[in-house]
Amino acid sequence: MFAAVASLALLGAALGFGLGIAARRFAVESDSLVDALVAMMPGSNCGQCGQAGCAEAARLIAEGTAPVTSCPPGGKALASALAAKLGIPLDLSTVADQEPRIASIAEDICIGCCRCIKVCPTDAVIGAAKQIHAVIREACTGCGACIERCPTEAATLQPLPATVSHWVWPKPDVPAYPAPALAN
Amino acid sequence: MSEYLVLLVSTALVNNVVMVRFLGLCPFMGVSKRIDGAIGMGLATSFVIVLAASLSWILEHWLLVPLGLSYLRLLTFILVIAAVVQFTEAAMRKIAPDLYQMLGIYLPLIATNCSVLGLPLINMQEGHGFVTAIVYDFGSALGFTLAMLVFAGLRERLALVRVPHAFSGAPIAFILASQMSLAFMGFSGLNFK
Amino acid sequence: MGFIERFLHTLSEPRWGVHPDDRKRPAADAPLRLLPMPKRLYIPLQQHVGQPARSVVLVGQRVLKGQLIAEPQGRISAPVHASTSGTVFMIGDITAPHPSGLAFAAIGLEPDGIDASAESAVPADPFALPPAEITRLIAAAGIVGLGGATFPSAVKLALGQRSGVATLIVNGGECEPYLSCDDRVMRDAAPAVVDGVRLMMHAIGAREALVGIEANKPEAIVAMRKAAAPFAAIRICPVPARYPMGSDRQLIQTLTGKEVPSDCRAADVGVIVNNVSTANAVHRAVRLGEPLIRRIVTINGGAIWQPGNVMVPVGTLVSDLLAFAGVKSEPERLVMGGPMMGTVLPHASVPIVKGTAGILALNAEEIAESEPGACIRCGNCTRACPAGLLPLEMAARIRAGDLPGAEAFGLSDCIGCGCCAYICPAHLPLVQYFNHAKGELSTQERTRLRNDAAKRLAAERAGRLEREALEKSAAAARRKAERNAAKAAEAARASPAVPTTQHAEKNTAALVETSS
Repeated sequence: MFAAVASLALLGAALGFGLGIAARRFAVESDSLVDALVAMMPGSNCGQCGQAGCAEAARLIAEGTAPVTSCPPGGKALASALAAKLGIPLDLSTVADQEPRIASIAEDICIGCCRCIKVCPTDAVIGAAKQIHAVIREACTGCGACIERCPTEAATLQPLPATVSHWVWPKPDVPAYPAPALAN
Repeated sequence: MSEYLVLLVSTALVNNVVMVRFLGLCPFMGVSKRIDGAIGMGLATSFVIVLAASLSWILEHWLLVPLGLSYLRLLTFILVIAAVVQFTEAAMRKIAPDLYQMLGIYLPLIATNCSVLGLPLINMQEGHGFVTAIVYDFGSALGFTLAMLVFAGLRERLALVRVPHAFSGAPIAFILASQMSLAFMGFSGLNFK
Repeated sequence: MGFIERFLHTLSEPRWGVHPDDRKRPAADAPLRLLPMPKRLYIPLQQHVGQPARSVVLVGQRVLKGQLIAEPQGRISAPVHASTSGTVFMIGDITAPHPSGLAFAAIGLEPDGIDASAESAVPADPFALPPAEITRLIAAAGIVGLGGATFPSAVKLALGQRSGVATLIVNGGECEPYLSCDDRVMRDAAPAVVDGVRLMMHAIGAREALVGIEANKPEAIVAMRKAAAPFAAIRICPVPARYPMGSDRQLIQTLTGKEVPSDCRAADVGVIVNNVSTANAVHRAVRLGEPLIRRIVTINGGAIWQPGNVMVPVGTLVSDLLAFAGVKSEPERLVMGGPMMGTVLPHASVPIVKGTAGILALNAEEIAESEPGACIRCGNCTRACPAGLLPLEMAARIRAGDLPGAEAFGLSDCIGCGCCAYICPAHLPLVQYFNHAKGELSTQERTRLRNDAAKRLAAERAGRLEREALEKSAAAARRKAERNAAKAAEAARASPAVPTTQHAEKNTAALVETSS
């Protein structure tokens, strides 16, 4: 009776001691996974995913509470990279790349208030006070921050026109299983 | 020496822990979607099996039997296994965070993997010596990893073929497992005499 | 045929490719015809690989034949010239000869019927000129690879010269069924082709030239042999007729035995490949001062009354060419290029561009459409693939959405020749899978680059904001120090003036805010 209690207590103490040492030895200071994911995110903190910023989104994705497909500007490229990093199977066909859109500013309504310039996360809007503003197409991520700030609704998101050089062949629509030949 | 070799082959192939003894089926089905995950799982389980079995053997023969506490065998073994899994989890989180993420819930579930508890118990039942027990466990762990690896390879190919809707997903995986089990039956014809 | 002969035959035959019925005759034997000048020309600004050209004419402007109407932009680009004299009536969009049926920019030209040429200077002896000068003339003439790739020739020649290429391979393969424009060029203008080859050899400093011509063009081989006889450095080499012999890598392998490694260019194995029609265009540009404004186009197919080869000004609408050759029945399908790699046209109001080798108007019998079945892993595609890939494995991965997996199987080495789809007994649309995956991967790559750029911009902005905040607080601290000093001085004189100073500070802050 006593031997049983003593030996189990001893065993538990020994194992607990060993695990305590191991926990100290293998302590993970910061979550390296989250850091790796943050580095992969666009980093413009545009807020299209609904989170406070890219770092927060990365944390949620690492936790598994947010899907890898939650970053609209990242599109399929980022989703597949994240899925590969996390080892999650990902069916890309369910991820629709958001139709690429960029901001444009209507010259006749713009009053040159500079508000959009201040909120743009990538400095894609140029202009000065009381001057008409313009969007640099290459720098715009289509986050829509300027749309909300524009007092005259001069800033709008416009879809990028499809061009010959950016066109992608559609995926062939082969039925999952060919129709069986009817036997008679 | 040749005796150990025969033991290794017979545990890894002839009496494969997964395909013949039906132990440790939950990671076998759960983490076999991708080859890299399956290898990681196989190696982690192998590590746990060998370490836990040797510790169990030592405890059984040096602590429980001398003190006449054989009735505590189950509790002791589970305690040892849980500690080893805990240790593996902590170590893997530090050393291989990607693998840690990939294995997910299945990593702590090694603790309840029936092959991990089953093998030390079989060792005691059969009355293996220390070296024989280690070889026996190592061979079984090898067999587990092999089964995981082969099955994951098959499932990676399975993802590319057209499966009738009624069978897609888990059903076709179980059908595949049954065919693999059939294939492993072939090893029972091996004769070492 | 005895089995030894058969064995030797299989040894000499290429192991890759397919052998479709070539259907080149009778179109190839019909004499070359000249298309009467159409009512309107639509000359696209992008007829080459690389950046599109930029228009340098205005609507309503009168231009002469051969006048520059669009200048090249960027390093890889080519200029565009007026195909005849006339008036520019529009600069705008027209349907592109592209499977998408999307529009691209073109200059609309209304010919005046005079066909007056612009002045052009021609060097007396081009072989006395330095190679760079020849390359410059070729670039100015807007010459692009006429075999179908439409890579700017001058860029290719300059690359060849830089990498010290010793062998120029001239591609007279023309392996696509139905097409015979290169055949026609070699039969009718062999001396011009040979002269063009010599000019290109001079431009890249090549020691020898190998002209590969498929064995199914005996007349072209005879004509070229005769024309090349005086030049020992130019050899005419008949090659087996097998599709895709006209692909540069396959032709290089057949002629020199060298295999161009994956992710390398032909120049890396000391070879440059140019088409025979390109050689002809080079001859015309350097000797006659004529830029690339017209080309020979094969018009062929079951729906055509008079199949043959026609000299067509660049920018002619396909409908004008069809009207000239006569249409028997409404064509089931219009194809620009060959039947294997050509582009299905959405309609006939599409301009003929520099790279158009042929227009095929196919009737219902010529289109074999069958329902795709299931892959039985027979491996025919693997045997046919000239690049040595496993089309069945790549297609299975693309179908399952595993694009990186397909890439690992060598998708980037796929030349899109269509051998696999041609031979597939299950009629799987293999090439469409590969084209889809290539496009999808490049889109993803573009998104990735765009995200990287956005990340850089965002980081720069964060840095700027931080810097500005620092500067602002430093300025505020300085002002505060000054104010304190002033206050101390005031206090010394015992007459405080605090409110005004505060007001001034607010104004400065507002100024800083606006300038940011």
